[in-house]
Amino acid sequence: MALPPPDPQFVLRGTGAAVHALHFSCGGQEPDVPVLFSGSENGFVHVWNLKTHRVDTALDGHGGKSVCCVETMGGKTRLLSQGRDQRICLWDLAEGRTSVTDSVFTENVGFCRCSLLEVAAGRWLMAMAAKALEEVQVLELPSKTSVCTLKPAVGAKLGMPMCLKLWQLNCGSQPLLLAGYEDGSVVLWNLSTGKALSQLACHEEPVMSLDFDSEKAKGISGSSEKVLSIWSLNEQQNLQVYKTHKLVNAGISDITIRPDKKILATAGWDHRIRIFGWKKLKPLAVLDYHTATVHCVSFSDHRNPRDRLLAAGSKDHRISIWSIYTQT
Amino acid sequence: VCFIPGGLDCSISFVSHVLGKVCVHGRQKEILSVLVPHLTDITKSDCIWQRICWRLVECVPDRWMEAVVLGFVQRAPGPDTLSRLLGNVVVKNKKAQFVVTQKVLLLQYCHTTAVLQNLLGYLSLDSLRRALLIKVLQELLETWSSSSAVKHSPPEQQQYISKAILICLSHLKEPEIESCRQELLTSMMEGVKCHLDSNLPQIRRLGMIVAESISSKINTDGPVLKFQYEEDDEARELKSLLVQTPPFRVAPSLPDDENETAGAALPLVSESNKKSHTADPVMPDEESDAELDSDDDLIPYDMSEDKELKTKAPVYIRDCIEVLTGSEDVDKWEATVKALESLVRKNPTATREVSMELAKILLHLEEKTSIEGFVVLRQRAQVAVLTTDPIPVAKYLTSQFYSLNYSLCQRVDILDVLVLAAQELSYPKSCGKTKHSDAQKPCIQLLPGSDSSKDWRRIVDERIKIKTRRFATGQSQVELASSPNEFSSVAGYFFFPLIQHFDRPLTTFDLLGEDHFVLGRLVHTLAILMYLAVNTVAVTAMGKALLEFVWALRFHTDSYVRQGLLSCISSVLVSVPAECLLEDMTEELLETQSWLGDVVEKDPDGDCRRLALQSLLLMENLKKKLKTVPS
Repeated sequence: MALPPPDPQFVLRGTGAAVHALHFSCGGQEPDVPVLFSGSENGFVHVWNLKTHRVDTALDGHGGKSVCCVETMGGKTRLLSQGRDQRICLWDLAEGRTSVTDSVFTENVGFCRCSLLEVAAGRWLMAMAAKALEEVQVLELPSKTSVCTLKPAVGAKLGMPMCLKLWQLNCGSQPLLLAGYEDGSVVLWNLSTGKALSQLACHEEPVMSLDFDSEKAKGISGSSEKVLSIWSLNEQQNLQVYKTHKLVNAGISDITIRPDKKILATAGWDHRIRIFGWKKLKPLAVLDYHTATVHCVSFSDHRNPRDRLLAAGSKDHRISIWSIYTQT
Repeated sequence: VCFIPGGLDCSISFVSHVLGKVCVHGRQKEILSVLVPHLTDITKSDCIWQRICWRLVECVPDRWMEAVVLGFVQRAPGPDTLSRLLGNVVVKNKKAQFVVTQKVLLLQYCHTTAVLQNLLGYLSLDSLRRALLIKVLQELLETWSSSSAVKHSPPEQQQYISKAILICLSHLKEPEIESCRQELLTSMMEGVKCHLDSNLPQIRRLGMIVAESISSKINTDGPVLKFQYEEDDEARELKSLLVQTPPFRVAPSLPDDENETAGAALPLVSESNKKSHTADPVMPDEESDAELDSDDDLIPYDMSEDKELKTKAPVYIRDCIEVLTGSEDVDKWEATVKALESLVRKNPTATREVSMELAKILLHLEEKTSIEGFVVLRQRAQVAVLTTDPIPVAKYLTSQFYSLNYSLCQRVDILDVLVLAAQELSYPKSCGKTKHSDAQKPCIQLLPGSDSSKDWRRIVDERIKIKTRRFATGQSQVELASSPNEFSSVAGYFFFPLIQHFDRPLTTFDLLGEDHFVLGRLVHTLAILMYLAVNTVAVTAMGKALLEFVWALRFHTDSYVRQGLLSCISSVLVSVPAECLLEDMTEELLETQSWLGDVVEKDPDGDCRRLALQSLLLMENLKKKLKTVPS
C-alpha cells in the first residue's frame, strides 16, 4: 500500500508577493546558518534563515520589479539577482552588508533566467538573453567582458530564448550552453566558436525550463503543454529525444535535478510539485500543497544527505520546504 | 391474344379499340399484365413487332388513350422498354402528350417513384422527345417555385413534384442545362424562398434538397449551394434520384475492376501489418534490458489523488450572478453555467430573492465558450428558476415575449421554458422523493406544511405496527402520495399574458404577419398549457379565452398554425370539466363544431384533418357522457 504523500516540513510566509526564484546556500559548516534566498515579484530578495524560519534580510535592488533569478557565487556572501528592471545585480552580503557592488544592464525585457557557471576560481561565465530578440550573450564575471554572442541562423525562427543552462563536462573542459527557445526547440551552443552544435525540436510550445545531467549526458525540458521531454547528447554532440512523459495537467514552470542525480522535481501550473526518479523518469510523488501556480523549485546543497531539502515557491506567496527521499 | 406474323398487311386498329375499351372499363391490370411482358419479349429484337406495337397504341381512340398509356407506363419494367413499346406516340398524339406531360406529373400525385422514372426516362431517350422533357422540367419548376402552391398543396404532392424535378435533372445533358441555365437559376431562387418560409420541416427540407441539386447541376465548377438538414432515409432516397444508374450491360465489367483493385489493396494492408509487427518486438527488448539494471530503492508515494485540475464553481447563487454578469474568467464562467441549475434547486429561498435578476441574465446569456450542451444547460437553469419562483418570473417572461428587440430564438425559448416549467409544476411529486429527503437531513429543517402532516402519521403508524399482532395481512397496495398541484395557483400567470397581445404588432415583431413561425409555436404552447391546467381553478376561464383566440385565427393560411389551433381545441375539451363546458361555453362549442366539420372535409393538410376529426370525436364522447349521467 503506497503511503500518502508527505506534508511540507515547514512553510515560509512573509514574502508578500509571488515567489519567482529560489536558491539554497547550506553548504557551510557550523555555526554557519543554512540560508535560502528567494526572489519575489515585488522586487525583493529575501534571505531566509532556515533555522529560525524567518527572514534575516530583505534586499531591495530592483526597484519594485520582479526578481526572476537568484544565484550565489561561491558561498552566501556573494549573490547575483536578476530582475525585470533589465538589471542583474551583484551583491556583497558579507558581515551583514547589503550593498550592490556591481550591476549589468541587460537591455532585455524577457523572462529568461540567466545561468551561471564557475569556470575557474573567481571566474564565472554568465549566459543571459540579450537585447536582440533571439540572441544569447555570455559574459565573464566579475570582469563583465563579453565572451560571445550566440545568434541563431537567419530564418531559424527560434523566438526568444526561454531558459539557459551553462555546463561543462568537468573542470577544464569546454563550457557549453543549452538553450530552450520559444518555438519549442533546445539548442546546444559551443561558446568558443559561437556556433550551434545541435538543435532538437522537443516541444510544440515554448520550452519553459530545462535541466541537464552532464554525467549521463541526459537532459529534461518542460513546456506549457502536457509533455516532459527527455533528450540525450551522444558522442557527436548531437541531441536526440530519448523519451517523453505525459503529465496529467499542462504547464511546467521549472525543473531541477537534485545534485546527487537521483531524483528531479518539477513545478507545475496545476499547483503541484512532482517528483520523478531521474534514471527512468518513474513518477514518485505528487506534492499538493500550494493553491496557485508553483513558479520555482530548488534542491538544497546540504553536505549531510539527511538534511537535504526541496523548496518550492508559488504565486500564493508561500515557500514550502519539503524533506523527501533523503535516505538514499 | 395472338398476332398474325408474316408479311401480311393487317390492320390492327380493331385490336387497339378492344384494348382501349378494356382498359377504360377498369380491366387494365388483367389485360396489360399479360400483354406487356409478351410485347416486351417480342419487341426486344424484332423491329417489325416494335412497329406493330407502336401502331397498336397510336390507333387507340383518344377517349381511351389515357387509360392505355397510363397502364403501359405503370406496367413497363424500365424506361427503355417503355420506349420500345410506345415509340413516339407522345409526339404524335396530343392526348397522349397531355397525359404524359401534364396529367401524370402535375395533376396527380399517386404514382410511385418507379413510374416517374419510367416516364421521364422514356422522354429522355429519343431526341424528338427530349424537347418535351425540357418543357416538362420548366413546368415542374414553375409549380415548385410558386409560393401559393407551396402553401396550399399537400406535402405528398410537393414531394412528388420534387422527385420528378430531381429525375428530370438527372437526365439532362450539359448543352441542355446551358441553354436553360438562367431559368433554372431564377426558379431555384424563388422556390427556395417560399420553401424555407414554410413552417413544416418536411417542406423546408424538400426545398433545400431540390435547390442543392439544381445548384450542383448548374454550377459544376463554382461553389455550390449547401444546406444543413437532417439526413434520413427520405432525404437519401431523394438524393439518390439525382444519379442515374447505368443500364445493366455496363455492369459486368465493373466487378472485374473492383476485384482487381481489391486484390491489390489486400497485399498492401498485410504488408503494412507485417511491418508494424517487426517494429514492435524491438521496443520491448530495449525496455526489458533497462528494467534489469535499475536500482529501485526509491519507493513511490500514493499518487491516486493526482487528477486533472478543475476550476471550482461558486457555491452561492449571488456569486453565480456575479460571475455570469461580470467575470472575465472563462473557466469559472463555464463551471458556473454547469452548476447553476443544481444550485438554484438546492437553494430555493436564496433564489427567490434574486429570481428576476437571474431570469433576466439567463434570457440574455450568450455562449461565451463552446460548452457541450449549452442550450440545454441554460434552458434547465431557466426552468429551475421559473419553478422555484413562478409568479414574478412568469410575469417577467411573458412581458418580455411581447417586447421589442428580442430575436425569434429568444421568444421561442421563452415559450419552451414556460411549457417545461408548467409541466414540472403540474406533475405530482412521487412519494419516493419526500421520503428520501426526510431520511437524509438531520432533525433541524424547515419542512413545508404537507410533509410534517405526513410525518406524524407515519410515526403513529409505525408505533401501531410494532404494537399490534397481525394474524393475516391483506394485499398490500402502494398508495401514491398526493401533493397539492403547484401549477394551479400560477397557471393564469403563465397563460393569460401570452394571449393578451397577439394582435398588436410591434416594429420588430408581428405575430399575425411575417413571424407566423412564432405564432405557430405560441399556439402550440397555449395548447400544452391548457392541457396541463387540468384540475386547476382557472381552467374554465382559460378554456373560454382559448376558444375565442382560436376562433379569431381559424382561417390562418399556415398549416402549422392551424394544427396548433386544433390541438388547442382538443386540450380544451380534455381539460375543462364537462359541466363547465356546457354551462359557460355552449355557443363557442357549437361554432367550433361546425368549423371542425369544415376542416375535416376541406383542409389540404392531412394532419389538420386528423386533429379536427379527433376533436369531433372528443365532442361526441362528451355528449354521450352527459347523456348517460342522470341529470
